[in-house]
Amino acid sequence: MEQSLFSAILFATLVAGTPLIIVALGELITEKAGVLNLGAEGTMAMGAVAGFAATHYSGNPYLGVLAGMAAGALMSLLFGLLTLTFMANQVASGLALAIFGVGLSAFIGKPYESLTLQAVPAWRIPLLADIPYIGSALFNQQSLVYFSWALLAGVIWFLYKSRAGLILRAVGESPASAHSIGYPVIRIRYLATLFGGAMAGIGGAFLSVFYTPLWVEGMVSGRGWIALALVVFATWRPLRVMVGAYLFGGVMITQLFVQGSGLNLEVPSQLLSALPYLATILVLVLISRNQQTIRLNSPQSLGQPYRPDA
Amino acid sequence: MANRRHFIKAATGMAVAAAFGVGLLGHAQAADPLKVGFVYISPIGDAGWTYQHDQGRLQMEKALGDKVETKYIENVPEGADAERVIRELASSGYSLIYATSFGYMNFVERVAKQFPNVTLMHATGYKMGKNFGNYNARFYEGRYLNGVIAGKMSKSNVLGYVAAFPIPEVVMGINAFARGARSVNPKAEVRVIWVNSWYDPGKEREAALTLISQGADMITHHTDSTAVVQAAEEKGVNAFSYHSDMGKYGPKAQLSGTTHQWGKYYTDTTQAVLDGTWKSSSVWGGVKDQMIEIVPLNASVPADVKAEVEKLEGEMRAGTFHPFAGPVVDQDGKTRVPAGQVISDSELGHMKYFVEGVASKLRQD
Repeated sequence: MEQSLFSAILFATLVAGTPLIIVALGELITEKAGVLNLGAEGTMAMGAVAGFAATHYSGNPYLGVLAGMAAGALMSLLFGLLTLTFMANQVASGLALAIFGVGLSAFIGKPYESLTLQAVPAWRIPLLADIPYIGSALFNQQSLVYFSWALLAGVIWFLYKSRAGLILRAVGESPASAHSIGYPVIRIRYLATLFGGAMAGIGGAFLSVFYTPLWVEGMVSGRGWIALALVVFATWRPLRVMVGAYLFGGVMITQLFVQGSGLNLEVPSQLLSALPYLATILVLVLISRNQQTIRLNSPQSLGQPYRPDA
Repeated sequence: MANRRHFIKAATGMAVAAAFGVGLLGHAQAADPLKVGFVYISPIGDAGWTYQHDQGRLQMEKALGDKVETKYIENVPEGADAERVIRELASSGYSLIYATSFGYMNFVERVAKQFPNVTLMHATGYKMGKNFGNYNARFYEGRYLNGVIAGKMSKSNVLGYVAAFPIPEVVMGINAFARGARSVNPKAEVRVIWVNSWYDPGKEREAALTLISQGADMITHHTDSTAVVQAAEEKGVNAFSYHSDMGKYGPKAQLSGTTHQWGKYYTDTTQAVLDGTWKSSSVWGGVKDQMIEIVPLNASVPADVKAEVEKLEGEMRAGTFHPFAGPVVDQDGKTRVPAGQVISDSELGHMKYFVEGVASKLRQD
């Protein structure tokens, strides 16, 4: 019983953390290039509705993921157009995009509200899934959970081991210097923004196709904002983004289990519901409180427009 | 396919609009229809609180035909915007307005004072005035009946309840469900998970899965989405829906549910306004008034359980049975309503304790 309880909590934690990881890692790449896109909530909503619709018509959840990705990229292209080409304020444009995406997704999603999808079967990894205690929770999971791990590895490799990642970081630190040694700052920022949007779209599609499988207006319920906050609290470091996301998911799931166990708790449920936020902020602030590493990791030109002088 | 569907929809929409426009012109020469406005807290969607109100509006429109003209405004937050929307309706010729969320109460009151010739009806509140009434439904009656089914059919004796906020309205439903279950199964216990949100499908689903993994084989919810019923269907346990019939989300899982039916009430009230016989009132209707109906039982419910539920339903209709007829004992063993007495409406409206049979604790404050 104890073992299955632990396994159930671990399983649910991984699933709850996955959309946050995917969206936050996408945003991290965007921000590392110096672009602050606050539109994740709306981008996720668009990804969710596109993913749901594509899965509904095709019957293939992975086409849904692709559609979510495309919708997310399209939303961020709009953002790029506004802020990188027309130099609009990034904060204001991002907020507008968040509100616009939630509204537009509700409009597009009207015909899909009454529909349901088949639950997507988990991918069981042979041998690993037989490890006692953790095997079935870790390796009998939704495919996108594995994707989020691969994405983390990819993002770490890209940022810190690849030349392209170095250029991206340079653009985020000092676009003027990057420009002066010949790198196309605006194009790189476009690519980073598109990547962030695509990941937010996948995160949204995960919610509507894999997590709940259903589409309803407002189903993202603030997860886009949490992902944005995670990037900042993790001081732009990918591994900490994952730690934060699992911590958030873990505390949320654990408090549900505590409530459901019928234990006699003298804690108001409102406080329990606030715990995931408190715990995540507290832990991430504690592990990232070194001023110097914060300065090292936060992109210096974040949110500032750059107009290359011809 | 999609395009075509949209096109057909748009085309019918235009045709309806055109017909409606012509209809309006016709009426301008005959008697003017009564303009009735509805204010909704959320989008209508496909199931849930607002959906049921809109079904009521449509039923009323059908029953009263061209004597009325209705309009709804959805997704109106419970803030200053609500007052603006309600006043806008009142000043543009809507002489009967239904405001369907608790948080509109003070705004309705203010507009009612400014427009003495407009009739305002507010759902789930407690204030009233000369031209301002309120109405609500005794959904706990449906909850009790659902609890009876759950108590009879549960094998694990663990019943799960995904609940939004610890306020009397929700607590009352949990208690009714627990009392229903306990009346037929003294071993049944209700476990409650608060998600502190009316609407978060992801979290509602997680809470449902948590309860299922902890042994609950019957779950229900007091939240707005269909996620709980869907989760039950996926995991092969049973569920009771709330607000709307969610049978299509859980054809096997959904044994029954508790639904709000506003159609008859809206028709009667609107007719009274048309006849000039309307008087301000505070209505709290239940099974007897057809405001609360349970979802037709799933075919998998055995005949004896069905018979028992129908018998209780009949007694509620006749007014001889109350889910909170004494003794009502709370979970600490304290008698809240002595035997031979029935709980008062005011006690129900202030219910801040769990009855015996609820395993989770409610913090007393």
